[in-house]
Amino acid sequence: MADSAQNQGVQTTGHVWDETLQEWNNPLPVWWTYSFYATIVFALVYWTFYPSWPFGKSFLPGMAQITYTNAQGQEESWHWNTRAKLLKETQEANAQQMPYYAKLMQTPFEQIGKDPELSSFVVSAGKVAFSDNCAACHQAGGAGKVGLFPNLADDDWIYGGSHEKIQETLVKGRRGYMPPFAEALDAAQIDALANYVLSLSGGQADAAKVATGKELFHSQTAACYYCHGDNAKGRQDVGAANLTDKVWLWADVPGAADAEGKLAAVKKVISGGMAKGVMPAWEGRLSPEQIKLLTVYVHELGGGK
Amino acid sequence: MLKNFKHERLETNAGLLLVATMLSISVGGLVEIAPLFLIDDTMEKVDGVRPYTPLESRGRDIYIREGCYTCHSQMIRPFRDEALRYGHYSLAAESKYDHPFQWGSKRTGPDLARVGGKYSNEWQVQHLIQPKSVVPESVMPNYPWLMSPLDYADVGDRLRALRTTGVPYSLSQAEYDANVKQFGAEVAKTLHIPDAQKNLVAQAQEGNYDGDRAIVTEMDGLVAYLQVLGTMVDFSKYKPEDLVKYR
Repeated sequence: MADSAQNQGVQTTGHVWDETLQEWNNPLPVWWTYSFYATIVFALVYWTFYPSWPFGKSFLPGMAQITYTNAQGQEESWHWNTRAKLLKETQEANAQQMPYYAKLMQTPFEQIGKDPELSSFVVSAGKVAFSDNCAACHQAGGAGKVGLFPNLADDDWIYGGSHEKIQETLVKGRRGYMPPFAEALDAAQIDALANYVLSLSGGQADAAKVATGKELFHSQTAACYYCHGDNAKGRQDVGAANLTDKVWLWADVPGAADAEGKLAAVKKVISGGMAKGVMPAWEGRLSPEQIKLLTVYVHELGGGK
Repeated sequence: MLKNFKHERLETNAGLLLVATMLSISVGGLVEIAPLFLIDDTMEKVDGVRPYTPLESRGRDIYIREGCYTCHSQMIRPFRDEALRYGHYSLAAESKYDHPFQWGSKRTGPDLARVGGKYSNEWQVQHLIQPKSVVPESVMPNYPWLMSPLDYADVGDRLRALRTTGVPYSLSQAEYDANVKQFGAEVAKTLHIPDAQKNLVAQAQEGNYDGDRAIVTEMDGLVAYLQVLGTMVDFSKYKPEDLVKYR
């Protein structure tokens, strides 16, 4: 080996092991060496243009500039940095989107559907905003989840399905509440009430218990009528459900296998009450433009009033 | 001297090689880490950032124990797509009391830096117990055991440990008074280590994060922590330009 290395004119490091074993010292390829020097030159150029070295209590900001028009319409310049770059990119994107949002903000709710361009904007931009913010609870198509989150695609509304009410729900959020009746009423009374509630939407119920339940519903003992109304059609101003339709949110009546299960589901809500049903307030997290967009989108999901 | 220096001397002298290796590596450390202790121009001066309450802090411990950080970052970068999906970009000041910080760089799940207040407590509980029940396409595992009781006997010691890293939890009256001045009386109360257990139980009862006031569960802690993430700074108080100048 040693001979052949010398024969080829290769440098060695001079280390020799086991008499003839040598370490070759081939130089790096020229292209590699110069590429390495080029990266050093690149770094020097980069340091002069972009924020780089820490310097005392601050840092060298570099010479590159970012100029953009701020919200007040004035030109502003910053040394190159990602936050300023974001401002510039947001401003440029807004310049393209703003005509649509401005039109959306100017157009009254009932006129939006009549403008084909605006309504296709609502459908496409609204779908994205809904997926990012609403779908986690109300599901991708707005169908909700029985026992957890209301369906937005039907025409049954807890707090009202007009544009104004939907917007109010989005801006301020909602907090559902029904008191538990386990202590105020005994088991027989709760049983009677549950039978009456099921009968309201045509469910299977015991006629005698329905009569007792109806009386209780309108009595001062249970006072169900106070929130659910004399006709049991609910009160949207307090978010009390309409009990006369077949739409269920808190009591999983549709999911119950038999009449007994349906009864148990209603009894569970009457005795335990309901302290869930929290809709977060979106004011501050979403812009007024996004809230109006979502209001129209949700209204158009199928059940807007 | 350099002229006589042969590479062979380094290669054949283990002690010398060790010293030379450490010297060259510490150059990187000195250049990259040391300035961070000197620069104070990059920490945004914003109001509202406070240390976690005892309950939130225990929730954070559970977040780390369950390895949430392996799939979720807590760092919204200043890019338009991230701002649109997650909200305002994260500030350095917002994680100044985090030890260790949970920024992360791996997103199998979404970023959580501003998840606080985005969903209701019920959603968080349902989603942690069985994510697929509310997000069908989710690959997140179920965490049903979070409904078990929270061990909070040592919460005072945990806060004391954080205190040694510089988080202003108070032990003495003087420290408490300083916190009142810095954070206001309401927050200062929650940072007082002698009352940590009492405050933890009180917050869990009042917040009722898991829908059951009878016992304090790990779910109470974790949801309390998630609900405060990214909510401490009121960004309506600042113009975008106020925050650009720190970069």
